[in-house]
Amino acid sequence: MTQQLILYPLLLQMLLAIILMFFWRKINAQRVISMLGSLVHLAVSIGVFAYIWNNGTQTVQAGNWEAPFGITFIADTFAATMVLLTSIAGLAVSIFSSGSVIGDRLRFGYFPIFHFLLLGLTGAFLTGDIFNLYVWFEIIIISSFVLITIGGEKAQLEGAVKYFTLNFLASMIFLTAIAVLYGLTGSLNMADLANKVAAVENRALVEITAILFLIGFGIKSALFPLYFWLPASYHTPPSAVSAIFGGLLTKVGVYALVRVFTLIFVDDVFLDQILLVLAIFTLFSGALGALVQNNIRKVFSYLIICHIGYMIIGLGMFTEVAIAGTIFYLVHDIVVKTNLFMISGLIYRIKGSNSMRALGGFYANYPKLSLLMFIPLFSLVGIPPLSGFWPKISLITASFESGSYWSLAAIIFASFITLVVIAKLWAEVFWKDATEIPERPKFRYYHKIRNIKKVQIIVPIVFLSLVSLYIGFGAEHIQTLSARIASELIDNQQYIDAVLNTQKSE
Amino acid sequence: MKTLILRTASNYLLPLLLVFSVFILLRGHYLPGGGFVGGLIAAIAFVLHAFANGLDNTKGLLRFHPGFLMPVGLGLAFISGLAPVIGLDDPFMTGLWFPEPFPVIGSVGSALFFDIGVYLVVIGVTLTIIFTISESA
Repeated sequence: MTQQLILYPLLLQMLLAIILMFFWRKINAQRVISMLGSLVHLAVSIGVFAYIWNNGTQTVQAGNWEAPFGITFIADTFAATMVLLTSIAGLAVSIFSSGSVIGDRLRFGYFPIFHFLLLGLTGAFLTGDIFNLYVWFEIIIISSFVLITIGGEKAQLEGAVKYFTLNFLASMIFLTAIAVLYGLTGSLNMADLANKVAAVENRALVEITAILFLIGFGIKSALFPLYFWLPASYHTPPSAVSAIFGGLLTKVGVYALVRVFTLIFVDDVFLDQILLVLAIFTLFSGALGALVQNNIRKVFSYLIICHIGYMIIGLGMFTEVAIAGTIFYLVHDIVVKTNLFMISGLIYRIKGSNSMRALGGFYANYPKLSLLMFIPLFSLVGIPPLSGFWPKISLITASFESGSYWSLAAIIFASFITLVVIAKLWAEVFWKDATEIPERPKFRYYHKIRNIKKVQIIVPIVFLSLVSLYIGFGAEHIQTLSARIASELIDNQQYIDAVLNTQKSE
Repeated sequence: MKTLILRTASNYLLPLLLVFSVFILLRGHYLPGGGFVGGLIAAIAFVLHAFANGLDNTKGLLRFHPGFLMPVGLGLAFISGLAPVIGLDDPFMTGLWFPEPFPVIGSVGSALFFDIGVYLVVIGVTLTIIFTISESA
């Protein structure tokens, strides 16, 4: 049974979604199943990760059709790490959802759709087939479209239209790119493509295809100048939904970019230059956008964009150190961004507002909660020894080595602005004197909800803060992991061999 | 659209279209057809019945909410994919077949159950969408 271990996270999410659909109207049962299932999913993902760590890359040929003809599922260290992070964020958001999302929303199938979203994410990380990747992306955007509109408030629908239009456009471009690539090489298996694309003589066409992929994934991962949908939509749905979106949806775009540009389109100076320039602009525009916002969730949305720049800049430099920095940043960012949106939800529950000007006096009124929130906020800034600090070392070292001083300037500028933004947020929300916010009559404030709900809101924040602390203090482990992933990505031959040399099982 | 002709015809068309949808479903392995098209045809049968006799009558005919078919179909497709993993330790979705073809139906294998799952999901989704729209209209 261990041969197919890597499929278990995928199958488990699918099973969960199906079981939850049977309990369509029974939301209490759904809460329990979702939380328990996510816990099991975490255990399975840890198992898969440990197995991959000890035994190296594993593949499964679905339907027993040999690569490159069938659909390959492959878990290298990168994919296993992403699946593990998905299950960590999924568990946290599952618990947070049952505490914070109101019953009227849950009744419309929130939990089944949530698990379909996690299924799509897990699938996208594990697949080794580029068309299959497209299918998982479709599952992701269809579920995310339901999640973002569930509840049907006016602001939500407005955000959802922008979100859906641009993400749908991205899928179309992605599909076009796949079509061109298939026309060029006659293959869809990523490992096979890696070999065949390298042999194509018409390099200009290959470059254009790569640009199409860049645009498609760039919209999804909110790269400059394709990010406008993100700050327009991420502050509208319930904060549990924003948390999973902010933590994982843009990152799956980054994952796809990293995968495609380390495996299929490699050794292309022109593309690396484009990635670098885009990353630098992303860092600048995200940072400046965050500076002028007043709504906490909009601030975090712009910070997502800003920090996507860090990951892409490492990919653009394309050295082993830089890619390690990218991976470390990815690991850190998924945990922290999920947590930050949950914190914005907690603040909203307590005060009924997310406006920095209106909020205040948090530290005086809730000292313990404030200290808890301190961890993710300043992990994001990267005050040593918290988690955001370590990947920047790799990125800065790499930009010195490759002599790209513009990237260096952008990295330092963006971390400085992040510091300013978070310091401003801290001063406004936590240290400023409390202001009177008019009480909203029907709103379910934090002090009015039952204790069990309070626990369900606080526990995931504590959980992810602990993970963040581990990433910060156990940076050596994560650095070892990132270095191993980076060396696997740079030396893509082992990926190709793992896919193409597997024997058909009896 | 309560015309006598349509109402009388729909009573005969419903079973006919359902049988035809099953035929399309079974035909689908090597020839055009399959679960998706079959499911659509079956859904059309019920929609036509609803046009002629009113939505409430069709719902009475179905006895359960069509949305219930979605998890059932998904579950069936899931199990058909999982069967080789549990039974033989083959990769997910490996096709398992009975050695001898059955009379009338033909060869039976896990792919057929997957297709039946698709068939049920398509009926469930289509009818849920159409019933919801015509209720709110």
